Amino acid sequence: MSAPVISLEVARRITHRGLALSAAALLGLALVYVLALGYTPVEARQGLAQKIFYLHVPAAWSALLAFSLVGFASALYLWLHDPRLDRFAAASAEVGVAFSAVMLTTGPIWAKPIWGTWWTWDARLTLTLFLFFLFVGYLVLRAAVQDPSERARFSAVVGILGMLLVPFIHLSVYLFRTLHPQPIVLKPSAPSLPPEMLRTLLISFAVFTLLYVGFVTARYGLALAEEARDAA
Amino acid sequence: MPEAIRLALAIAAKDIRAELRSRTALVSALVFAALVLVIFNFARDPTALSATDLAPSALWVTFALASMVALNRAFTIERENGALDGLLVAPVSREAIFVGKLLANLAFVGTVELVTLPLFTLFFNVSLWAVLPGVLGVAALATVGFVAVGTIFSAMAVRTRFAELMLPVLLLPFMVPPLLGAVQVTTRLLAGRPLSEMLGWLRLLALYDVVFVTLCTLVFSAVVDE
Repeated sequence: MSAPVISLEVARRITHRGLALSAAALLGLALVYVLALGYTPVEARQGLAQKIFYLHVPAAWSALLAFSLVGFASALYLWLHDPRLDRFAAASAEVGVAFSAVMLTTGPIWAKPIWGTWWTWDARLTLTLFLFFLFVGYLVLRAAVQDPSERARFSAVVGILGMLLVPFIHLSVYLFRTLHPQPIVLKPSAPSLPPEMLRTLLISFAVFTLLYVGFVTARYGLALAEEARDAA
Repeated sequence: MPEAIRLALAIAAKDIRAELRSRTALVSALVFAALVLVIFNFARDPTALSATDLAPSALWVTFALASMVALNRAFTIERENGALDGLLVAPVSREAIFVGKLLANLAFVGTVELVTLPLFTLFFNVSLWAVLPGVLGVAALATVGFVAVGTIFSAMAVRTRFAELMLPVLLLPFMVPPLLGAVQVTTRLLAGRPLSEMLGWLRLLALYDVVFVTLCTLVFSAVVDE
C-alpha cells in the first residue's frame, strides 16, 4: 500500500473534533452523576450500592461495542487492506481496554456489599476478564511490531481469532458453571425499572457511547499525527 | 495423494528431522514438563489437598506450559539463515506450509505429552491404564486446537520484540476453552463417570478444533506474506 501523504492539519482537525466530542460526553457524564445521585430513587434491597449500575452497565456496553468493532474492522482489513481500518481497530482496542478497566473495577466495588465477595467465577465475569486480557495482549503485540503493514496484518489476525474465541470462552465457562452449581447470587435483573432509573440509564448509555466515539476519534487523529510525523 | 498434502507432509518431515538431529528443544521441553510436575506436587499441601484431586489440573497446566516452550521454537528455527524466506519463495501454497508446521508442532507437543504421562502417573499416584484410550483421545482433541492457534502466533511472535514473552501473552487466553474442557473430561475419566457427562465438553473441544484449524489455515498467508 502506498500510503497517501497525511497532512498534519487533517490529523489535528480530527483530534480536535474527538476532544470536543469527549468534552461534551464528559459534561454528560457529570449529568449522569447528578441524576444517579439526586433524581433516581434508592433501590429497596441494594441501597446506595445500586447507584454504580449507572456507570458499570454503560461502561460494559462501550467496552463490548469497542471489542466487537475491533473484530469487524480486523476482518475487513484483511480483505480491503485499508490503513484506516487498522487505525480504527487500534483506537477502538485502546478505548475498549479503558472501558473494560472501568467495568472491571466498578463491578467488584458493587459485588462486595451485594454478593459478599469481590469476585466470582460467573460466566459473564470470566468472559469479560478474558476479553480484557485478550485486548491487552492485542495492544502489547501492536507495541512490539515495528513495521506498520506487518503490525496491521498481525493485529488483524489476532482481532479475528479473538472475535471467534469469545463464543468459545462463553460456552466453556457456561458449561463449567452449570455443572458445578454456585450459591445463588443476587443479580440486578431488572425487568421493570422505575422510569427515573430507566431514563438515567438510557442517558448514561448515550453518554458512554458518545464518550466512546469521542475517545476513538481523538485517538484516531493522534495516530494520524504520529504517521504524519514519521513520514516527515 | 494431492500435491498440497504431500508438500505439507514434506515440510513436517523436515521439521521433525531437524529436531531429531539436535534434540535440544525436545529435551529441554521434556525436562521443563517434568520440573513443572515436580513443583506442582511439592507446592501442594498434602494434608489439605490429595494428589488425585489436583492431578487433572496439574497434568493440563503442565501440558500447556510445555507446549508454550515447544511452540516458541517452531518459527525460531525458520528465522535462522532466513529459512522461512526460502520456504516462502518455494512454489508451495501458504496453506500447505501452515499445515506442515502444524503437523510438526503436533508431533513435537504430542511427544512431550506422551513422555509426561508416565511421569504424571508416577508422581501423582494415579492409575491411567484403564482410562488410557480416553485420556489420549481427549489430549489429542484438546491439543490440536490450541497448537493450531499457537503455530500462527509463534509465526508472528518471532518477528516481534520480546518474542518469548509475546507468545504466552497472546496464546494463554486461547488455551482457556481447550484446557478447561480437557481438565473437566480428565477429572470425569479418572472418577469413572459415564460418557454422557463428558459429551458436552467433547463437542466443545471438537468444535474448537474445527473452527480454529480452518481459520488459522486461512489467515496464515496474512502473517507471512508482505
